[in-house]
Formats: sequence, structure tokens, C-alpha cells
Amino acid sequence: MAQTLAEKIIAKAAGRGTVSPGEIVTCRVDLAMMHDSGGPRRVKPVLERLGAKVWDPEKVVVVSDHYVPAVDAESAAILDLTRKWTAANGIGKFHDMQGICHVVLPERGHLRPGLFVVGGDSHSPTGGAFGCYMFGVGATDMAGVLVTGETWIKVPETIRIAIDGDLGDGLSAKDILLHLCARIGMGGGAYQAIQYTGSTVANLSMQERMTLSNMAAELGAQAGLIEGDETTAAYIRKAGGDPGDVSAWRGDDDAAYLATHHVDAAALIPQVAAPHSPANSGPVTDLGGEAIHQAYIGACTGAKLDDLHMAARVMKGRKVADGTRLLIAPASTRTTAAAAADGTLATLTEAGAILLPSGCGACAGYGAGVLAEDEVCISSTARNFKGRMGAKSSRVYLGSPFTVAASAVVGRVADPREFLEGGAP
Amino acid sequence: MSAAGTIGKATGKATGKATGKAWVFGDDIDTDVLAPGLYMKGPFEELARHCLEAVDPTFAPGVAPGDIVVGGLNFGIGSSREQAAQALKHLGVGAVVAKSFGGIFFRNALNMGLVALVCADAGRISAADDLAVDPAEGLIVNKTRDERYACEALPPQLLTMVQDGGLVPHLEKKMAQTAQEDAAR
Ligand code: SF4
Repeated sequence: MAQTLAEKIIAKAAGRGTVSPGEIVTCRVDLAMMHDSGGPRRVKPVLERLGAKVWDPEKVVVVSDHYVPAVDAESAAILDLTRKWTAANGIGKFHDMQGICHVVLPERGHLRPGLFVVGGDSHSPTGGAFGCYMFGVGATDMAGVLVTGETWIKVPETIRIAIDGDLGDGLSAKDILLHLCARIGMGGGAYQAIQYTGSTVANLSMQERMTLSNMAAELGAQAGLIEGDETTAAYIRKAGGDPGDVSAWRGDDDAAYLATHHVDAAALIPQVAAPHSPANSGPVTDLGGEAIHQAYIGACTGAKLDDLHMAARVMKGRKVADGTRLLIAPASTRTTAAAAADGTLATLTEAGAILLPSGCGACAGYGAGVLAEDEVCISSTARNFKGRMGAKSSRVYLGSPFTVAASAVVGRVADPREFLEGGAP
Repeated sequence: MSAAGTIGKATGKATGKATGKAWVFGDDIDTDVLAPGLYMKGPFEELARHCLEAVDPTFAPGVAPGDIVVGGLNFGIGSSREQAAQALKHLGVGAVVAKSFGGIFFRNALNMGLVALVCADAGRISAADDLAVDPAEGLIVNKTRDERYACEALPPQLLTMVQDGGLVPHLEKKMAQTAQEDAAR
């Protein structure tokens, strides 16, 4: 029977030959990822109540990223608990203050095609960029996984999103996703599996593919898969992992797909999402213009090395506008190191950008860079829900790192293309 | 192919059957309607008293143990808060039946020990109809209208979990059994 990639991974994890959408199966979990906010402090009481141990400490990754670095006694206590719990439970794969979980996980070579992975965070679909079936679960689910090494899943339908054509200069994966949020809506994924295909995706770097998969969460999907290829294998090898047989994990062409959406990447112009939903997206030429107080480049979605390169191309030789601040929180310590080595950080800081620690930071209002009442921000993060980045009346636009950087230069939500050599219009 | 053969074996007693009166709601009942954000910080009992209040203020005070909540499309869409399912369970709801569910709510409901069934014919049910729900068979009997609706059955391993009261009590029971077996050996 022809199977989609999602079905193949779930079938393997369930110890089955094939599975069908809608049936409920129990799967062996290959890897479980937790962070400091939703992880140890939430699962510890359940494990204690059950008197249970972690089923396989080798298969658990813990990352501290939400409350780092501690800004008050409460966040310090959460980090302290996280460190003590991981030590007591023999979790060797504990990445403490090394960056945001969804970026650290592949960076350390933990992901490869075909794995069935659960993550204690809503942006867990990011792992799908590596051909894993990775999805987010709550604390009760996670505790169950930690005790048994298993979880149940209702086999999803697969929705194909075929993206073809060359992205113009000044455009990125973020623009594709914001366009999709407006087009199919935040419920468009219907908690099914999205699979991104097409020539545009094939030409994207792994970091850009991660942005597509990451924001499958904003499309309401359970997972956001991309089939592995040479780009995938090369990334994993460089990260010190073993990619395995990448070509073994592909969907069958004649498998049943619930729907296929087509995106013409060549026709896209830079997108921004107006407050307060990613689905309020449209061309910056229509929605731009509002004066901003802050420009923020951060989060798992928008502060990887590729994202910093985009920002640096716009900022080179320019300055942040008076009355505007540009804050940059690189997604991981390795991102910071690489950006320091290749001169990107110097370009950004010379332009007036302020460098923040690697972590979730202001993305969900946890760390440095939150907004005051009535302030306006443009951000490279994934969500602009009311009050998420600070005060209730603050307003957040979403855009690509190109667009955020251009807006920082102008002091208003701006089209980045005029700042790029040879860019239109 | 059936999921029943996948994992574990049916225990027989894990039927999860429910009989009661139907409370019918429309499409897109979200987690804010089920577990209003306003009461999220207070005690859970207080939150449950306001469950579905925004669409039917008579529900929380009037629902009787075993009653069936009937939804349209996307029942439980919205946030991942487990309290949405927990509130219905706390009020004694015997099962939730809907044309479709928000994916995370569906997971949470079963993990919290609440039967959730997908039924394409849910729209045929009217308020106060007398229902009997059999999640093992995947069948709803509408005694008032003398109709039977097929729905997606729950596989045995999930039924057992639901009947045990949800994932955590289920694991608690399983672990106690293993400990007993170990002791007997
Ligand atoms: S950076 Fe933002 S979106 Fe990413 S995991 Fe942290 S809080 Fe979530």
C-alpha cells in the first residue's frame, strides 16, 4: 500500500507494515525533548507520584532556553531544578544555556530522517525539517513518554504544500509561511501532517527549511515534514550525527494526500503579519508604514545564522534609525560564535544593534526586550498574539529578518528590497 | 485494517460505555469557551462551573453524570490547555461526540480519562435526546429517535486508559500490577 512519509515513520514506530489515517496506534518514541519551562518542573511531580524512573535516559534531551539567563529568583529556581533533575536522572544530553531547543537539537546531531520524536513545546514541528515525525505534547503526555517510552497517536492525513520557483532577493522562508498563514489560516493544517515539497524547498538551506517546519505550528498542523536529501545528510554529518539512509525516508508518489496547495515562490513579495495574528499577513507594500519603537531578531524561527546573514546584508554600512532600537538574540551559542567568526556580528553591532543572550528572550515575554504599553515592534519570531511580547496594548508585526532589519533602518515597517543590491523596485 | 490488533489485548471490562442526555453545541467550540481564561488562575472547581457558560449558561449547573456533550466541527480547537477536557470530566460528562475535534483537545481528553468520539452523524442529534454511547463498538444509539450512528471506535489500549481515569492513573495501576507480579515471582 502506498504510504506518505508521515505514515511510514509512524508505521515503523508502531511496529507495523503500514498504517491508515484515522487509526490510533501506540508508538515507540525514539527521542523525547523537553525545555526548562515545560519539562522537569512539570514532569517531576508525576514521576514521583508514580515512583517511576525515566525509561531510557539516552533517549531524552533537555535544553534550558526559556528562563535563561535567570533574571529573578523564580527563574533561577526553575533552572536550578532543571539542572538537578537532569543530573539525578542521568540525562547526558542536557544543553544548558546553549540556545533555543529547536535549534540546539539538530545542531548537536540529535535528529535524522525516520525518527519518531516528541517535544514538550508547540514549535516541535521544527524537527520535521530533518525528515523526523516530531510533534508537540503537553506535560501529562510527556510524563507518560518518560515512564513508558511510548505514546499513542491518531495517524494524520498528509497535506502537501508544493512550493516552486525562485525566491526573489530579499525574500525568505518566513515570507512563504506568512503568505500561507494568510491563505490557509491558522487552522488550515487541521492537526494533520504537512509535507513541504517542490523545487524551492529543495534549494533552501537546512536553516531555512527549519523555518518552514517551525511555522507548521502556526498553520495548525501536528507536524511539518520535509523529505531528507543531500543537504539534510551534509548538515547532520557536520553536526556530528549519523544521517542513516536518507533516501529510505520518502513518501510514495501515489500515496493518498488530503490536499495539495501550490505556492509560486517567484511571485511572492515580502510579507508582514499585522497585529495580532500571523494570519493577518499580506505584502509589506500594503501593510507597511507604521512607525516602530523596536525591531527584534530572535527566536527559533528567526535568529539562526542564515537569519543573521539576511539582517547583516541590509544593515551593512547603515544605522538603526533614531528613536528605534534593534535587538538581536542569536538562536544559539554556536550561531553567535559563527556570526562572530564571519564578521556578521560586527556588521550588526556597528549598525547599532544590541546583542542579547541566546534563548527565548522576548519572543514569549520571558527575557530581555519586552515591550511597554502602546509600543510597536517588528519581530522575526513566529507569533504576534496580543500581549505575547510584553504589555497588553503593545503591537507586534512579524516579518523576515530582511524586513525587520530594513524597518530598523527606516524606523517604520519597511520593504527590504530597496536596501539590497539589484533589488526591486 | 483495524487498530485493535495493534497493541495489547482487549480486557473486556474496558467498555467506557455512557448513557445520558445530549447537550448539543455548534461548530468551533474552543478551549476558551470550555475553560475560560478568566478563571484559569483560580481553583479548578470554579473554572469547571463556568465551562461552556458563554454558549449555554444552563450547562454547568444542569449537566447530570453520564450526559453526553455533542459538538459540531472542530470541538475543542484553540490552546493546548488540559483543563478544557478536565472541566467536562469533572462535571461528570460521560462522553464527547463531535463531527471533528481540535487535535490537541482530542489527545488531552483521552489522556484525562474522557471518552471522545468522532461521529459524522453527530448533527442528527438534538438537545435532550437520550443517547447510549459505546466507544468499543464505535456506536451511538439515539433512543429518542430510534436511530443508530456509526463512529470511529477507540482501540482497546485507549479504552483501558480512559476507564482507568486517564494516563496517569492508568500508569499508576500498571506499575502497581508489575510490582505485584515481581513480588509474586
Ligand atoms: S523562541 Fe519563542 S517560539 Fe521558539 S521555543 Fe522559544 S518561546 Fe517558543
